[in-house]
Amino acid sequence: MNAATDKNSLFDARIRAEIDHWIAKYPPEWKQGACMAALRIVQDANGGWLSNELMDDVASYLDMPPIAVYEVATFYSMYELKPVGKHKVCVCTNVSCMLNGCDRIVEHLEGRLGIKFGEVTEDGRFSLKEVECLGACGGAPMLQIGNKYYENLTPELVDSILDGLE
Amino acid sequence: MANEVCFRTLHRDRSWTLEVYESEGGYEALKKVLAGDWSPAEVVDLVKKSGLRGRGGAGFPTGIKWSFISRDMPGDKYIVCNSDEGEPGTFKDRDILRYNPHALIEGMIIAGYVINAVAGYNYIRGEFWEPYERFEAALEEARQAGYLGKDILGSGYDYDLHTHLGAGAYICGEETALLESIEGKKGQPRFKPPFPAQFGLFGRPTIINNTESLASIPDILRQGPDWFRELGVENSGGSKLFSVSGNVNRPGNFEVPLGTSFAELLEMAGGVTEGRKLKAVIPGGSSAPVIPGEQMMDLNMDYDAIQNAGSMLGSGAVIVMDDSNCMVKVLDRMSYFYHEESCGQCTPCREGTGWLYRVVHRIETGRGRQEDLDLLDDVAARIAGRTICALGDAAAMPVQGMLKHYRDEFQYHIDHKKCMVGAGG
Repeated sequence: MNAATDKNSLFDARIRAEIDHWIAKYPPEWKQGACMAALRIVQDANGGWLSNELMDDVASYLDMPPIAVYEVATFYSMYELKPVGKHKVCVCTNVSCMLNGCDRIVEHLEGRLGIKFGEVTEDGRFSLKEVECLGACGGAPMLQIGNKYYENLTPELVDSILDGLE
Repeated sequence: MANEVCFRTLHRDRSWTLEVYESEGGYEALKKVLAGDWSPAEVVDLVKKSGLRGRGGAGFPTGIKWSFISRDMPGDKYIVCNSDEGEPGTFKDRDILRYNPHALIEGMIIAGYVINAVAGYNYIRGEFWEPYERFEAALEEARQAGYLGKDILGSGYDYDLHTHLGAGAYICGEETALLESIEGKKGQPRFKPPFPAQFGLFGRPTIINNTESLASIPDILRQGPDWFRELGVENSGGSKLFSVSGNVNRPGNFEVPLGTSFAELLEMAGGVTEGRKLKAVIPGGSSAPVIPGEQMMDLNMDYDAIQNAGSMLGSGAVIVMDDSNCMVKVLDRMSYFYHEESCGQCTPCREGTGWLYRVVHRIETGRGRQEDLDLLDDVAARIAGRTICALGDAAAMPVQGMLKHYRDEFQYHIDHKKCMVGAGG
């Protein structure tokens, strides 16, 4: 994109306002500081994943080389580079959760949804993801869906959580 | 005695609000600092005198860290808080952010004033959405009350705090990786020196401390460094948040004096689950070498006692394991973690963590070879001390600890292609 391209054409006004809120946190010459937030914001608005086009738009918006944005998007585990389910179910399997029976939770989820880690249900409603320690070991076993933590899981509780989702 | 510092106000309803925090003596320390009751240099001395050591894991004396930056250094300086809580087993900073965010804010403002910083950043891991919202709401309250922004409480000091959200990377808990991440890059640790005090955030002098360390500052000043130091024991001043998880009846965070016996802490957590026998304890997050349960029952929870037992107090994450657990399986999971989280920058860590995981995993799955135990020792020794940051050491130490104490379980797996614990051995 040449310098003359209108940045207002890149994202809608709400997304621009959100990204601008993050840009304002960093010194003017460090606009790049907002890269992680910008990727999160555009990912959320895109059904939970980042296309190459979106990453390029973030690069243009923040005056970064596209490669610098790809580096960030591929480094951090919360960014998705291919489509995920409407509800991304992130299950911790690290030590404290393992000691508290997360294997049983994983088995139950795989059985109910008919998918394994890294897969999306056919109807696109759910995807399953194995994650590392989410810092809620006192409530092990636990999982995260969207911005919410669910702790002290049992197969029954998992069912009621999934039933309660749109 | 418990809950005297970071958790002091947690018995109150809506403990996270400014109103409750102020009614419990909150922001009194900041007011005194800004009024000149103590000079910035005196504040640093008080923190040194308190014996506070970095609560994120390394245990470096906080006051000494602060003294590396003089407020007269020209140009912009920064305060950074490390709330990228990710050491497996650790969940204490999450509760400080959720239940006592103003203590952290007050600590960060005091730290800022001491070095005359222009701004501070709190790096909160991206998954911590609820704590992030709580912290943001507290920041807004503090701004409205005049504790942040221009001319704080008429002192002439301008300073604001911002949150930076992570996006899932254990390595960003390493301080220089965290700085890279705030700058909008992948979180790969920097060579040290230069240390953050010389070349930190945006290339400027920076103090970076853990959440619990900074949240302890207001009470240290308000109640005095002697009060704080004497809560603990020699060389381990104050109290500490311990996150107890694993096979216990009542897992949770417990803020107790350093030097409290492990037996007492275990009791607070309701003891070992289902009346099973205590087998092993990881005393300071998954990077800390394991200690057999019997030995652990005789130890106190302070820096020296745990170090003398061959492990480390680390972040204060206490993972309790009962006798139904196979240590090979536990190490298999931990080795997978370090392999997964290595940033890939240094060859010994990038390649070595993969070796460790693959060898432990083949032992766990009944494909172990006779020479594997020596191989693990060898690979671990070749990673440790040969990398830019401590992740390499963190991957090597659990392997060394497990082999030291539970070599027979690994040997059994190799000899019998199955688990000693499951076999009733």
